[in-house]
Amino acid sequence: MTNPLFSVRDVAKYYGGRIGCADVSFDLYPGEVMGIVGESGSGKSTLLNCLAGHLTPDAGQILFDTRTGGVRDTREMSEPERRMLSRTDWAFVHQHARDGLRMSVSAGGNVGERLMAVGARRYDTIRAQAIDWLGRVEIDESRIDDRPTAFSGGMQQRLQIARNLVTGPRLVFMDEPTGGLDVSVQARLLDLLRSLVREMGLSAIIVTHDLAVVRLLADRLMVMKSGYVVEAGLTDQVLDDPQHAYTQLLVSSVLQV
Amino acid sequence: MSDYNFAYLDEQTKRMIRRAILKGVAIPGYQVPFASREMPMPYGWGTGGVQVSAACLTPEDTFKVIDQGADDTTNAVSIRKFFEFTAGVAVTEHTGEATVIQTRHRIPEEPLREDQILVYQVPIPEPLRFLEPRETETRKMHALEEYGLMHVKLYEDISRHGNIATSYAYPVKVEGRYVMDPSPIPKFDNPKLEMAAIQLFGAGREQRIYAIPPYTQVISLDFEDYPFDPSKADHPCDLCGAEHTYLDEVIIDDAGGRMFVCSDTDYCAGRQADGHRGRLSPIQEAAE
Repeated sequence: MTNPLFSVRDVAKYYGGRIGCADVSFDLYPGEVMGIVGESGSGKSTLLNCLAGHLTPDAGQILFDTRTGGVRDTREMSEPERRMLSRTDWAFVHQHARDGLRMSVSAGGNVGERLMAVGARRYDTIRAQAIDWLGRVEIDESRIDDRPTAFSGGMQQRLQIARNLVTGPRLVFMDEPTGGLDVSVQARLLDLLRSLVREMGLSAIIVTHDLAVVRLLADRLMVMKSGYVVEAGLTDQVLDDPQHAYTQLLVSSVLQV
Repeated sequence: MSDYNFAYLDEQTKRMIRRAILKGVAIPGYQVPFASREMPMPYGWGTGGVQVSAACLTPEDTFKVIDQGADDTTNAVSIRKFFEFTAGVAVTEHTGEATVIQTRHRIPEEPLREDQILVYQVPIPEPLRFLEPRETETRKMHALEEYGLMHVKLYEDISRHGNIATSYAYPVKVEGRYVMDPSPIPKFDNPKLEMAAIQLFGAGREQRIYAIPPYTQVISLDFEDYPFDPSKADHPCDLCGAEHTYLDEVIIDDAGGRMFVCSDTDYCAGRQADGHRGRLSPIQEAAE
C-alpha cells in the first residue's frame, strides 16, 4: 500500500460563531480523484480554500507528501514555502476563469507565467511548452498571442487548466470547473479533464454541486451538509445506494431528461 | 538670501527624508515609504526629486538640474531657480562642476565621480504596477522575491513585437535581490546605473524613496535567447558628431527633414567647444 499524497485531519473553519466546515478528515492517494458535493452554503468551497491555503483553518492538520521534505503540515510551512508549493506541485482551477487568468496577458504568457515563476529564462523553450499545452487543451496554436478576453467561456476555462498544469503539479484543486458552461461545452471539458487526469496520474479534489460531474470524474465522493461530512465512500456506491437522508434527497433531485 | 529655511523644507522634514534615504542606501533597490510633503509645484513635475535634493543640499554644494538631458527646459530652469532662491547654492550647467544633480529621464553622458549625488524624479516607483494592481500583493512579491511576473511582461513584448520593445523604465535587478524601476530613463542608460556616484530616487506622489549605492551591481532583466540590448538611434550627432551618445530626433521641416542631436545638451556643447563638428554644424565655423 502506498502512502497517501494528501491527508486531512479534523480540519475546521469558523466564521465567528457560525461553522464554515468542521471535523473533516480524509486521505487522498496518488492518482485518485475525490469529489466533494453539497448544496450552496454547505461549506464545500470553504473547505477547498482551507485545503489550498487560501484560508487559514482554525483547527486540524493538512499533511502533504512533498517531493523533497517528506510529509509536511502545510499549516506549519512558512509563507514562501507554501506559495512555492502552490506554484509547483499544486494547482487551483477557479470556477470563473477570470479569477485564475491574467486577462491583459496573451494566452502564451498566461501559460508561461508559472514556468517563468520557477526560473525558466529561455523564450523559445517557454513558447514551445505553451504551444504544446494549448494543443493538449484543444486550443489552436494560432491563438497563442490572443488575449483571453477574445476567448469563449469554454476556451478560457481550458486555458486556465493549461496554465495550471504546465508545471506538472501532483495535486489539483478544482472549484466548480464546469460551472457557467453550457452542457455540450461541459461534456468536452469533462472529457478533457478525465484524459488529462489519467494521463498525468494527477490527484484531484473537485468541488461541485453537479452529480454528473463527480460520477464521471471522481473515484470517491464526500457529501457535505451544514459544514459537516455526512457521507463518504466510493462514488458509485454513494450515488447508487445513498444512506444518509440528505444524500438520498440530493440523488433524487437530479432532473432526468 | 530669502526668508525660507535653507532649501525650503524645515529641518525636521529633511531629517525624516534623510532617514528614509539612509534606509534606502542600506537596502539597495528597496522602496522606503516616507511622509512626502506638499511642494510648491504640481505632482509629476518632480516633487519627489526636489524633496530628496532639499535633504541632500549643503550651502557649499553646486546644483545642476537636467530635464530629458537638457538644462534649459521649463522644468529644469524652474527647479534650478527654486533652489537658487531658497537655498542660495551655486548652480551650474556643467556636469563635472556639480556636486548634486537632479535629473528627469536621463543619466549624464559624462561619467560621474564618487563625490557627486544623482537624484532622480520618479513618477511610478513600482515596477510591477501594471502587471499586478494590488499594492499589498506587489509588496509581498518583493518580500518573497517572486519576480516571475516581470518576465511575463518581457515575454509579451517578444511575442507581440519580435523583440523586447520596452525602451524606457526598463526593469533592473539590484545586487541580486530587488527588482527596481530605474525611473523613465532610456534603456540606453541602464548600463550606466553601475557608477561611482550615489543614486537616489524620489517619488513624491507615491511617497517612496529608494537608492543605488556606488558600485552596486545592477542587471537589466532579459531572456537567455533575447539578451538585453541598450539600443539608440543609429546616427551620429548632427552638431558634435558623437557616435556613442543618446540622441533626440528633431523634425526640422515639413518635407521629411530631420536631425539627430545629443539629448545631453551640456555634453554636446562641451564637445563642440573642443572642436568636434557634425553634419549640420555651421559651415564657416567648420572651415576654421
